[in-house]
Amino acid sequence: MSYRFENVQTVQEDLSKVEYLADDGIAGVVYLADRLQKPILVEGPAGTGKTQLAKSVAEMTGSRLIRLQCYEGLDESKALYEWNYKKQLLRIQAERNSDDSGSWEDLEEDIFSDEFLLTRPLLEAIRSEEPVVLLIDEVDRVEIETEALLLEILSDYQVSIPELGTVEARQIPLVFLTSNNTRELSEALKRRCLFLHIDYPDLEREREIILTKVPDINENLGDQIARVVRTIRDLELKKAPSVSETLDWARTLVHLGVEHIDAKTATETVNILLKYRSDIEKAVKEFSTDEQLNSEEE
Amino acid sequence: MTSETKHSPLLELLNGFIVELRGAGLPVSLTENLDAVEAVKHIPIEDRETFKYALAATLVKNHAHWRAFETVFEVYFSLRGQEYELQDGEWDDSDADFEMSDESQNGQMPGQGGGQEGLTQEQLAEMLFKALSKMDQNLMRAVARQSVQRFAGMEPGRPVGGTYYLYRTLRNLDLDGVLQRLLEQDIKSKEVSDFLDERLRKDEYEHRIEQFKKEIEAEIRRRLVADRGVEAMAKTLRKPLPEDVDFMHASREEMVSLRRAIWPLTRKLAVRLARKRRHGRKGPLDFRRTVRHSLSYGGVPAEPKFKYPKPSKPEIMVIADISGSVAAFARFTLHLVYALNNQFSKVRSFVFIDGLDEVTDFFEGVDDITEAIHRVNTEADVIWVDGHSDYGHAFEVFDERYGKDVGPKTTVMILGDARNNYHASQSWVIKEIEDKARKVFWLNPEPRSYWDTGDSIVSEYSDICDGVFEVRNLKQLEAFVENLV
Repeated sequence: MSYRFENVQTVQEDLSKVEYLADDGIAGVVYLADRLQKPILVEGPAGTGKTQLAKSVAEMTGSRLIRLQCYEGLDESKALYEWNYKKQLLRIQAERNSDDSGSWEDLEEDIFSDEFLLTRPLLEAIRSEEPVVLLIDEVDRVEIETEALLLEILSDYQVSIPELGTVEARQIPLVFLTSNNTRELSEALKRRCLFLHIDYPDLEREREIILTKVPDINENLGDQIARVVRTIRDLELKKAPSVSETLDWARTLVHLGVEHIDAKTATETVNILLKYRSDIEKAVKEFSTDEQLNSEEE
Repeated sequence: MTSETKHSPLLELLNGFIVELRGAGLPVSLTENLDAVEAVKHIPIEDRETFKYALAATLVKNHAHWRAFETVFEVYFSLRGQEYELQDGEWDDSDADFEMSDESQNGQMPGQGGGQEGLTQEQLAEMLFKALSKMDQNLMRAVARQSVQRFAGMEPGRPVGGTYYLYRTLRNLDLDGVLQRLLEQDIKSKEVSDFLDERLRKDEYEHRIEQFKKEIEAEIRRRLVADRGVEAMAKTLRKPLPEDVDFMHASREEMVSLRRAIWPLTRKLAVRLARKRRHGRKGPLDFRRTVRHSLSYGGVPAEPKFKYPKPSKPEIMVIADISGSVAAFARFTLHLVYALNNQFSKVRSFVFIDGLDEVTDFFEGVDDITEAIHRVNTEADVIWVDGHSDYGHAFEVFDERYGKDVGPKTTVMILGDARNNYHASQSWVIKEIEDKARKVFWLNPEPRSYWDTGDSIVSEYSDICDGVFEVRNLKQLEAFVENLV
């Protein structure tokens, strides 16, 4: 059994090569997932790079990314496999028309074979020959009953198809499940996974993310942006700015040719960071003294 | 060295660690235990941060439990190793047991040598100022150690919790003053460009001070562990998990995490009610559709069609006590009401002390919950005579003014401790409401054992309501939601 990663250090370095800055926790858990052959359940606020982590890991290992987007009403035929019944019908028709019709058993064996099977993401991930990263996105959106579909593949990397038998994995895919924590996931699912909580990055990491992702930015501005965002996140808001919104803000400021953020620029562009009117008002109030506010109103 | 001897001390440590996690209330299953054992084989314990996250990934599956985990981890793993052992003279009359370090660690950190013992309080304050101003981690740690040694007054074997020592240390350090000085220094040096900049600097310094406090806490913990041993220490540090925190006694910090937890809960409530509507397909036969559908079977009504039951929109009426005796609970209640408002289309909320007022409007279309709560507390007309809870009168007012709006679709939720200051209960009003409403529930934030003691008159109402529940923490609130439908 060969492992994908040498040690935690290399995971971190390789991830940063594909422009994903992982902290010790993230790199450690990714490394561990490979060693223990366990799926990772990634949880955290929206816009902190949960989905991106899976994509970056795929890119870094040169694996194919297979994605299953979850939604309410997802079922077996969309997640695992489906019989191509139209083709099956055609096959039966063809059988009937030709004279040398074989026995029913032959036919049954024939129409429930690989040829008539439509693979869906989960089955595809374990049947693939090449290395695969499987991303099961927003798993908290499916109903709790549907979660059961995932359990077999998550713990044993196999899919049981009644007519065909058990399909076992040709290689062990690296599995990421993401959740926005809109509901509590079942114990059974959690037990099978490693748990990783990705929170908003701390000041240093956010600054680095800004500097990597917005190449034209000067260091001073990047640092200031990270600080302002930290201050805003500490306010009690409806929706704190995500990393992607921070980056949008940084890009905007670069486009505007801003070199240094003062209260005025911050007030004028804060609507990129915050999406609720009440949040914007609150932030603006924090950033300017009362005199400034009064003079603006006049 | 065989692998036996190499692994067993670590495994033993891990075992104790997991036992303590379970003791602190974390649900660690056997599989997860085995995973952790497997995980530590791959990650060296020396790489402490990664080691911590690896253990957390296998053992903690709920982010709310992270803090509890971190505390236990620190006691069990972080405080091991040479730099954490006590040095000679650090404890005046200490046992020889924990004075193992023969090698002197002088010079490893500035401010730790013997010559520093005679520091005056002013000198220490100066050093702290310097450490915070330059963000010098080592100096910060050194100052933290010195401060604890000087001010905490720790003695071996003294049965006092860590918070007491923390308080004693911080009282002597005047951190607010240091923050002020740091800011003034910046202003004097004309570095501060405008208000925003000033604000950012303040946040940065506050952040550093927070870090310094953590250093002090760690230092106190280190000494306590050395004194009392790991197991005993872990036990004293145990704090209730967020879902077990009592609403009535929640600290501000706990309140914040409680508030966050309410949202998923109300969503769950909404989903449960909605699902009931979608799955409950037990309507009468739809004759027209059955006949129409039978045409495809040559006129044989092979597949009977049914009418879907009309989805009834659940209506919720919340009546909450916001008097002083349940102040902490009331704050929580208002958050719950606000969250419910966002999930259900028809929520009407009422608050009372001895008078009662409708506050539905305060919550509608309001983005900012704090503002809504402020309006409830200042504008709602809830005082009738003296501002002491009078459930009886409040219910009378409710029935008189809003009783006609209670219909068979309405679920009424009453939140309060039923401490009526010896007024009349007027329970007949509740009876009348109950007759009209779909369900009447009462949520009581007091422990069940206090019910009907003193001026509490829960039982006078409980026979009438469809259910009276003790809801002191999130776990109980969650259980209530689960069983609601």
